[in-house]
Amino acid sequence: MPVTTTSAPRLRKPGGAEAGLPASAPRPPARVRVRSTQWAALGFLAPLIVYLLACYAYPLYRNIDLSLHDYTVRSFVQGGADFAGLENYRDVLTDDGFLPALRNTFLFTFVSIAAQYAIGLALAVFFRNNFRLSAVLRGMFLVPWLLPLIVSGSTWAWMLNSDNGIVNTVLESFGAGRINWLTDPGWALVSVIIANIWLGVPFNLVILYSGLQNIPEELYEAAALDGANAWQQFWRITFPLLRPVSGITLLLGLVYTLKVVDVIWIMTTGGPGGASTTLAVWSYREAFGTGLPDFSPAAAIGNLLLLIALAFGFLYLHLQRRQERT
Amino acid sequence: MTALTQPVRRRHRARWKTVLGIALTAAMLFPVYWMVNVSLTRTEDMRSDPPHWFPWNPTLEGYANVLDDQLPAMTTSLGIGVGCVALTLLVSAPAAFALAKLRPWGAGPLTFVLLVVQMIPGVVMAIGFYAVYVRLGWLNTVWGLILADSTIAVPFGVLVLTAFMTGVPGELLQAARIDGAGRWRTFVSVVLPLSRNALLTVSLFTFLWAWSDFIFASTLSRNADAVPVTLGIYAYIGNNTTQWNSIMATAVVASVPAAVLLVVAQRYVAGGVVAGAVKD
Repeated sequence: MPVTTTSAPRLRKPGGAEAGLPASAPRPPARVRVRSTQWAALGFLAPLIVYLLACYAYPLYRNIDLSLHDYTVRSFVQGGADFAGLENYRDVLTDDGFLPALRNTFLFTFVSIAAQYAIGLALAVFFRNNFRLSAVLRGMFLVPWLLPLIVSGSTWAWMLNSDNGIVNTVLESFGAGRINWLTDPGWALVSVIIANIWLGVPFNLVILYSGLQNIPEELYEAAALDGANAWQQFWRITFPLLRPVSGITLLLGLVYTLKVVDVIWIMTTGGPGGASTTLAVWSYREAFGTGLPDFSPAAAIGNLLLLIALAFGFLYLHLQRRQERT
Repeated sequence: MTALTQPVRRRHRARWKTVLGIALTAAMLFPVYWMVNVSLTRTEDMRSDPPHWFPWNPTLEGYANVLDDQLPAMTTSLGIGVGCVALTLLVSAPAAFALAKLRPWGAGPLTFVLLVVQMIPGVVMAIGFYAVYVRLGWLNTVWGLILADSTIAVPFGVLVLTAFMTGVPGELLQAARIDGAGRWRTFVSVVLPLSRNALLTVSLFTFLWAWSDFIFASTLSRNADAVPVTLGIYAYIGNNTTQWNSIMATAVVASVPAAVLLVVAQRYVAGGVVAGAVKD
């Protein structure tokens, strides 16, 4: 519907957001116009601001409140829990499960993103030069990333099943023994890391591929003329010029991977015996995983995780800002 | 002579790359193939050793079970997805317009907040929402889940739409103004239609995230009458550990939106991933 055809005077009427401005004024002075723009902007932003307060600030406040009180199931619903200060945090930090969970969190996160990045980068370089079907194949690589996690998680769980899983069948055909992937404490974390790497490769591929597109082709041509082979071209051109994008990809992957619950919960529920429990899974289990919800420690663990995520998150923002400036 | 051999050699190399590319893609997508394979396997063949690599005797019993058991769950998920898209667009599109074109005070801090809230772990949000919903009596409701699920998408939506709307030429807005359109009118009749692609990207991702959500569903809607499909699959795994063909059939059906998305809107998907991470 073209704007021009409707009657102008009626449209001139300012909306509620501009209420401060008299409708009849033909040309308001600049200062008034600036102010009216500010009011209009506030009107457009109002739903978002209300939303942020209601859906982020308030749940976060409740979360912190939970972690500072000693909530029982009863007081959780009715209120009136005792103030506990930082006691929940102290309990969590001195819990026997804390150090293993912290170790698992960092193993899960760093091994996952290192492998995702390496594989993603190799694939991005492979796909850099267009060849027949390259666009289609690149698109199909997105599939793991688009599948619901419950789908990929349960598929991997079945593939890694000790007795009937395809992975063990293949291993046995090569003469290797069976591995109890999901039930052996030594392998459970490895299993969820494998699945998580598979999940994260597409994301890395897409971002790194788009970063590669910004490296001028002439550099490669010049290097080829100087007799540099593909290996040298990668280490002298691709890798150094991709460094800013790499940093952002890795840090973003870090922030996302730190908070993963679904994959682990669906495949192993953090077990056996906490062998694949990360901080996020631990928090989830305390709050929702057992029959007896214990929200106060769960909230404390969650907030510790939030602090770690924010630390890396700020590093990411810092790097990105620096890159934008150059 | 060289002029002739050069393209031939290049084409040869390209074909080699295509073959390798297909092999890599096949390896990457093997789990997906396996999911389809298992979904078509008969229950009596499920425990056979070695497993059947191809569904020689395909059966649709798994899919029949899906239709019986999971159809309501999928309808629920569809509703949640659509509701989430509507809510996300309603909140993020006007805000993006303001951030992109009206230069509001505090735009910098607000953008910063939008970036930071995306880093909050899902489990923290889930506990917070649970605590809030318990008192409001919103647990196990569809709208409660819509509201919670939308938190995955709203910051992303605002940032992507802002980046896009910044590119809308200022002359167009000025022209609308001269023609007598107010800001609201300009937004609805000029900016929104021009932002169709970005709106589509945001909608697709929002729908997919809401459809795939497990954390909020498994915490805020555990005891609901109408559970979303992710929870349907999860309950299925718990109850029917032997019926993996039905589980995988549900998984296949639950993947349909992702497949449709990929076929219909591949370039929006790739664009959305990049826009969410490296905004320029």
